[in-house]
Amino acid sequence: MGERGREGCCPPMDLMRSEPMHLVQLIIPIESAHRTISYLGDLGLIQFKDLNAEKSPFQRTYANQIKRCGEMARKLRFFREQILKAGFSPAVRSVTEADLNLDDVEVKLGDLEAELVEINANGEKLQRTYNELAEYKLVIQKAGEFFHSALSSAEAQQREFASNQSGEESLETPLLSEQEMTTDPSKQVKLGFTAGLVPREKSIAFERILFRATRGNVFLKQAVVDNPVTDPVSGEKVEKNVFAVFFSGERAKNKILKICDAFGANRYPFSEDLGKQAQMITEVSGRLSELKTTIDAGLVHRGNLLQTIGEQFERWNFLVRREKSIYHTLNMLSIDVTKKCLVAEGWSPVFATKQIQDALHRATQDCNSQVDAIFQVLHTREMPPTYFQTNKFTSAFQEIVDAYGVAKYQEANPGVYTIVTFPFLFAVMFGDWGHGICLLLGTLYFIIREKKLSSQKLGDIMEMTFGGRYVILLMSLFSIYTGFIYNEFFSVPFEFFSRSAYSCRDLSCSEATTVGLIKARDTYPFGVDPAWYGSRSELPFLNSMKMKMSILLGVAQMNLGIILSYFNSKFFGNSINTWFQFIPQMIFLNSLFGYLSVLVIIKWCTGSKADLYHVMIYMFLSPTDEIGENQLFPGQKTTQLVLLLLAFVSVPWMLLPKPFLLKLQHDRHHGQYAPLPDSEESLQSESNQDSHGHEEFEFSEIFVHQLIHTIEFVLGAVSNTASYLRLWALSLAHSELSTVFYEKVLLLAWGYNNVIIIIVGIIIFICATVGVLLVMETLSAFLHALRLHWVEFQNKFYEGDGYKFYPYSFALIDYEEE
Amino acid sequence: MYGFEAMTFNIHGGYLEAIVRGHRSGLLTAADYNNLCQCETLEDIKMHLSATEYGPYLQNEPSPLHTTTIVEKCTLKLVDEYKQMLCQATEPLSTFLEYITYGHMIDNVVLIVTGTLHERDVQELLEKCHPLGMFDSIATLAVAQNMKELYRLVLVDTPLAPYFSECITSEDLDDMNIEIMRNTLYKAYLEDFYRFCQKLGGATAEIMSDLLAFEADRRAVNITINSIGTELTRDDRRKLYSSFGLLYPYGHEELAVSEDIDQVRAVMEKYPPYQSIFSKLSYGESQLLDKAFYEEEVKRLCLAFEQQFHYGVFFAYMRLREQEIRNLMWISECVAQNQKSRVHDSVVFIF
Repeated sequence: MGERGREGCCPPMDLMRSEPMHLVQLIIPIESAHRTISYLGDLGLIQFKDLNAEKSPFQRTYANQIKRCGEMARKLRFFREQILKAGFSPAVRSVTEADLNLDDVEVKLGDLEAELVEINANGEKLQRTYNELAEYKLVIQKAGEFFHSALSSAEAQQREFASNQSGEESLETPLLSEQEMTTDPSKQVKLGFTAGLVPREKSIAFERILFRATRGNVFLKQAVVDNPVTDPVSGEKVEKNVFAVFFSGERAKNKILKICDAFGANRYPFSEDLGKQAQMITEVSGRLSELKTTIDAGLVHRGNLLQTIGEQFERWNFLVRREKSIYHTLNMLSIDVTKKCLVAEGWSPVFATKQIQDALHRATQDCNSQVDAIFQVLHTREMPPTYFQTNKFTSAFQEIVDAYGVAKYQEANPGVYTIVTFPFLFAVMFGDWGHGICLLLGTLYFIIREKKLSSQKLGDIMEMTFGGRYVILLMSLFSIYTGFIYNEFFSVPFEFFSRSAYSCRDLSCSEATTVGLIKARDTYPFGVDPAWYGSRSELPFLNSMKMKMSILLGVAQMNLGIILSYFNSKFFGNSINTWFQFIPQMIFLNSLFGYLSVLVIIKWCTGSKADLYHVMIYMFLSPTDEIGENQLFPGQKTTQLVLLLLAFVSVPWMLLPKPFLLKLQHDRHHGQYAPLPDSEESLQSESNQDSHGHEEFEFSEIFVHQLIHTIEFVLGAVSNTASYLRLWALSLAHSELSTVFYEKVLLLAWGYNNVIIIIVGIIIFICATVGVLLVMETLSAFLHALRLHWVEFQNKFYEGDGYKFYPYSFALIDYEEE
Repeated sequence: MYGFEAMTFNIHGGYLEAIVRGHRSGLLTAADYNNLCQCETLEDIKMHLSATEYGPYLQNEPSPLHTTTIVEKCTLKLVDEYKQMLCQATEPLSTFLEYITYGHMIDNVVLIVTGTLHERDVQELLEKCHPLGMFDSIATLAVAQNMKELYRLVLVDTPLAPYFSECITSEDLDDMNIEIMRNTLYKAYLEDFYRFCQKLGGATAEIMSDLLAFEADRRAVNITINSIGTELTRDDRRKLYSSFGLLYPYGHEELAVSEDIDQVRAVMEKYPPYQSIFSKLSYGESQLLDKAFYEEEVKRLCLAFEQQFHYGVFFAYMRLREQEIRNLMWISECVAQNQKSRVHDSVVFIF
């Protein structure tokens, strides 16, 4: 990144300040417009402004081309669907060359679509016939069974009847049947029947309606088809029943046929004759196998076609997407009255000027255009977009800041500091080097397999974790570090750097928990002495240490925030903010909490037993009283008096001068005549942006605003400092939780000396460690670190009311679509 | 009048109310209509709609488009939304949602019966039916020869069965009969829906009774105007009026004896809410009455969204969407037939 030429004295500040941007105007001859935009899209460093916002999409110049692209995209979607349905996957190949011509592709796509549609239609027709025949075969088989069984039962009945006839007449002899048998054949009604298939879920309603429609004068027989049958009309697998309806009379027939139609029951011709049935079956089977070969041949043909489409698919898709975006961009340009050139306006980073000009030049050459495109910088008062050049490491941290608000153009970016402070504050709450190593292993897995994972689609949560892998990496490294300081490994202390400085008073060690230990060696070199763990004073000692440390960290970070506000006011040349905001804020915070921090450090260094609560409280309540035994250094009383006075002075200092000075400045500015705009161009740009030009100046509003700011800062200084105590609270919670799991689960299970209990104990311990400590605690510590950054740190200086630079870039378009 | 809906409504209805309000914010706005009215071809309309919620439903339609495809796809979206809401709904909201579709069911029954009478193909008729009013055995309607059969064969299984009690006759079906049947069914349906809403109580009852009363009154006026000059007797006409609404009962008495449009007008102008509708029309004119009624209805439906914790929003949303689809159909037809000058004749802006 160093090769970029920059004007001015300052060293490059890639992340601290967003890229300097300017509004550029491009005047592009119409014949080279398409290629120009395409080159700019490759470059991806310019954000076009929509100059036709008032026009509806179809009134714009290139609406037709967009429609064409939409149509092609539709065809491609159709192909993709067909390809996926057929079980192929579109060949994924590197899509580098885009030398295809849109018109050729359009024609080609049209042809292919027509061909595919025709093949599909033919295939469908064949398939339909095939399905119909298959159904027919089923009907013949099943309905044949009805007739067969009916025949045999009729024969049996007849035999019975015959035997009854021969024997004496029993009571059970049906009277009717006799009558029936004796009826004159000429009077016999010819029973009609029809057979077919009906979807199973409709079969009951079907039966009911049939019954109602004919007043019960039908005989319906159904048989379940075991396997789902492919419905000829819809082509879906449906569970069906074979039915045969017997009826009498023409009217009933009409009704029944209509009902069959209404229920989507497919009827098939059927003959009673068994011999004919057998013949039909063979005939149908023959035709079925014939059709099968035809369909297979068709499928092979279709498969080949789809294969060829699949090979080209990605290229076409890429081309169409790019073309569509190019025409969308062209639609945002305003067309010149002469219709010979297009005028584009857009934001681009200053460093990209050369590249853009290059691209314009190349486009002109490649198009053999007579006229070069014109590139010029416009002057505007509009706020440019914010553009940070991030890499894969810094982007996640920048995301954390952007989630709160995108930085105002060129204001100090907290993202720079977040890279270090965020994982550090997290680790203060998550200090355990055992857990840290677990996190490290997890995130290392992501980082090592980065290439593979970034190309595939992950789940929602996985995606988030993967996106933040470098944040987690730093978080885990820092928590290993703080873990060493706290001397905790899954809550177990280790004598890692040397032996503990303390030892028992005598050999029996009986007084270790009552009277205490004596110091035998040098102070433990790094972190907390392991001897503290398990002693009676473990908690009071650790609490006091962590609490004071939280205050120190908090005051340091808040000071950093205020100093950044100084950088901002210096950068924007706003001396009022420096003198009447930055300085009194510094004084106020440091005279109270800075002083407290100093006291903490003095107390640590001297080992004094002074009560810091007492000192701080009586500093306000009775500043003139003698301090007595809480004296930490000579002259403390005077120092406190001076600091208190400074704090009291700094409040009106913050509140009063700034609004009045602003008013003065405003009056002076408007008292004079404004100089005439010297060129036509600036007049134009002025009139464009006159709404942003001079803001309304309302003194009362400014004053109330300043009042709120002051009150917020003064109260915030107290509440924010207290808020940093969450570092202590969460770290305490973390270490206590892990102690509980270690002692009450693992050690308890170990004590039983039973393999099963030990195994169960270990499993519970692992689950609790992963579930509660590694996942939930990480999340809560993450959220608290986030809050400390967003609220306590950023409210000291960060405006966050900018908007992101969103360049027109093919890379982004491809990424989005996927 | 008001119960404590605010306390308990959200337990069952909160999610769906949020959903329906979300859907409502997807309705086309006046700006959309202005743009749509400027379209030159149906492709332009598709392009504009692709930026709205209709986008996913239209994007895979091959050119050339037809008006029917646009309307079909837009209706499909409404049906999908309705089905989704019905799936999520618990009692009594699910019953309420089902009530909304009965009107379409009646229309479909009438459509099929009339179609069969004129010997049209059943499949063709089925395609024309509104998908919200479909029921299982709807195609069987073609079998029926008279009212009795119609009822006995098919409708006894549908929710419309109770409404049929008044119009079972053995007469053969003819156009007049069918029209009377439609109105009788509609009357019974509206009355039943009205009773159901009253039973629900609270804000639902209040808002729905207003909306349904308007619907009933509109139907009463339409029946009167359509029956002028036909052989329908005054008593028969009176029987078709629903027994609630602003016009009930005295307005109905007067409407029943009206013999021309100006008499209807005189009756209606006695009712302040309808005065404004009729004041827009010149004397003797009934063409624009439909539009005026639609406009008034849309206004009332939009107002239903102003209050929370009631089921009226579901009814209002479905009706507004239907109106929107009618608008789209009209615009598309005008565009397709190059009648752009008439495009504003029947479009009712919703917002």
